[in-house]
Amino acid sequence: MTVVVQGIAFWASRLPGWELAREVILGRQPAPATASPRPAPGLLAPTERRRAPDTVALALEVASRACAAAGVAAHELPSVFASTHGDLAISDYMCATLVSTPTLISPIKFHNSVHNAAAGYWSIGTGSHASYTALSAYHYTFAAGLLEAVTQVLCDERTVLYVAFDVEAKGPLATVSPSSGLLGTALVLAPAQYPGSHRLSLAQDVSDAPQLTHARSPAAAVVAQNVLANCLPLFEALALGSDAPATPTVLPLSQRSVLRVAVEVL
Amino acid sequence: MQPLRIPAWTLCSAAGDGQAATLEALRTRRSGLKPNDFGSAPLPTWAGRVLGLEEQPLPSQFADWDCRNNRLAWRGLQSDGFLEAVAATRERYGAERIAVVVGTSTSSIGASEEAYCRLAPDGGYPPDMRRSIIHTPHSLGDFVQHALQLRSVAVTVATACSSSAKVFAQAARLMQLGLADAAVVGGVDTLCGSVLFGFNSLELVSRQPCMPFDVDRCGISLGEAAGFALLVPEASAGPWFIGYGESSDAHHMSTPHPEGRGARLALDEVLRRAALEPHQVDYINLHGTASRKNDEVEAAAIAQLFPATTVASSTKGWTGHTLGAAGIVEAAITLLALEHAMLPGTLNTRSLDAVCGPQVRLDNVQQEARRALSLSFGFGGSNCALAFARSDVH
Repeated sequence: MTVVVQGIAFWASRLPGWELAREVILGRQPAPATASPRPAPGLLAPTERRRAPDTVALALEVASRACAAAGVAAHELPSVFASTHGDLAISDYMCATLVSTPTLISPIKFHNSVHNAAAGYWSIGTGSHASYTALSAYHYTFAAGLLEAVTQVLCDERTVLYVAFDVEAKGPLATVSPSSGLLGTALVLAPAQYPGSHRLSLAQDVSDAPQLTHARSPAAAVVAQNVLANCLPLFEALALGSDAPATPTVLPLSQRSVLRVAVEVL
Repeated sequence: MQPLRIPAWTLCSAAGDGQAATLEALRTRRSGLKPNDFGSAPLPTWAGRVLGLEEQPLPSQFADWDCRNNRLAWRGLQSDGFLEAVAATRERYGAERIAVVVGTSTSSIGASEEAYCRLAPDGGYPPDMRRSIIHTPHSLGDFVQHALQLRSVAVTVATACSSSAKVFAQAARLMQLGLADAAVVGGVDTLCGSVLFGFNSLELVSRQPCMPFDVDRCGISLGEAAGFALLVPEASAGPWFIGYGESSDAHHMSTPHPEGRGARLALDEVLRRAALEPHQVDYINLHGTASRKNDEVEAAAIAQLFPATTVASSTKGWTGHTLGAAGIVEAAITLLALEHAMLPGTLNTRSLDAVCGPQVRLDNVQQEARRALSLSFGFGGSNCALAFARSDVH
């Protein structure tokens, strides 16, 4: 399976943008010592921007940046939104409010609690009638979402937006679903014959003892506490470009399978 | 698309456990809705609750996944020879070649709600609830994969009420590209505080049994359900999955597009992928939640596109709105309609809204049907339409 990358976006609390993340991955610049405030995506109206949950602010920011980098019309693209836990702060709010005052649950918080909230706001903000999906696969979320985005590119021969994100855990839920800081990534993926910055060749592989690629750049420690951190090896390969090792990046896809992704600079 | 066979499928809802009990409830027009008694301070509404789950813990080898949602998943897997059919498929293709794609809206959030009700003195979870897997959306997909001893990709789709319809599309793509030889699709959602009080906060919950498409409809009845289908490229028998259509409303998080733009796009796409003309569709299982807006928009879209000979109905009067499980439950009911020439009508509804065309029926119709659609629309404007054909049609 081969696709091209047309746009890349990356946003982490201490790596707020792909350009900076790339420099840190390549060891050319240290990561900022302090976290940036969460992004404020221009796609949302000012009041919505303030009220939006972290997941929505983060996902819309990286989605917009990837589409801008690719120079594509966002509303034309089908999209895949992947998140391990969804909005942990809203889940904490819902669970805590159900204990104290269930009949006073905020209707806005409730409709923002669905796993597809970010995808829904994206389609509304861009005016896109193209299909989107929202999924989760626990520790395999990033590769499972990438596989779904790639299958859409190949089955329908069209450009697809892939967005993956996880946010900080709050309250008692943080003790069983730990995750720190914000980490969001987005890729605009297109059929192999389209122009792009990188070519990705992907293969699913079954293995009893898969040898996964581990993040090894200076960026690894900066995002390690976010539950989506296992996406980083792919972004290291994208940043390293032709300096990347010849062997494919191996991402965990299920307990017994991996997604091998060979990255080639175009 | 290349049609896929469905050699086994099953469902469990308040209307019944398995195909035979569900068919009987449909034939006799026996609703599964009862006055809501869920939780310590039940909302005054009617709900489609599956009885007995409290006394049915998962077998000990699955203790880590034990929670209401996975109990209902396990119960759903027991009927209609589904486990045996998956075992035979596993023998044929190998556990590494069968994908799991399941849908849910809230997965096992009920377990997190329970933990918050009895937090430990240190403010953390009580010891018996410190099981990370049941406090994340993929609780469902992970459990189903383990319960069925499958080892390929396993994904949980969560696009609210379209979730377990969209799983058919995702599985078809995996099979089209040879990433899987077969797939288990399905969905499970259970009653929990989040959805009961959440829908209540939006003023969408009815105080009486839901009345889809009634001129006096006044909201939804929530329900819980599990359903599964096995998709294979070839089999000697079983109905066919022949197409899907997916779209977005791009309008509002919890209200459908006023002109049904997204619904129409999903319908156009499913007809194109299934290579069907509207007049070839014999039955449509509608989303028909009994909310004011959904039914108005959906009925208008159906009246606009289909001839009077197409029979359409909502079966939520039997099951309640099972949210993330609605897609698979209504797909399964659609398959029952095709295989048994028994097209269910619409339960509880007395007087159809004038916006309905002649397609929407109140009474059951004993009539052969060769091809049918099932429609699911979710929060966030996510729409999915599925097309199926009777065993002997393709």
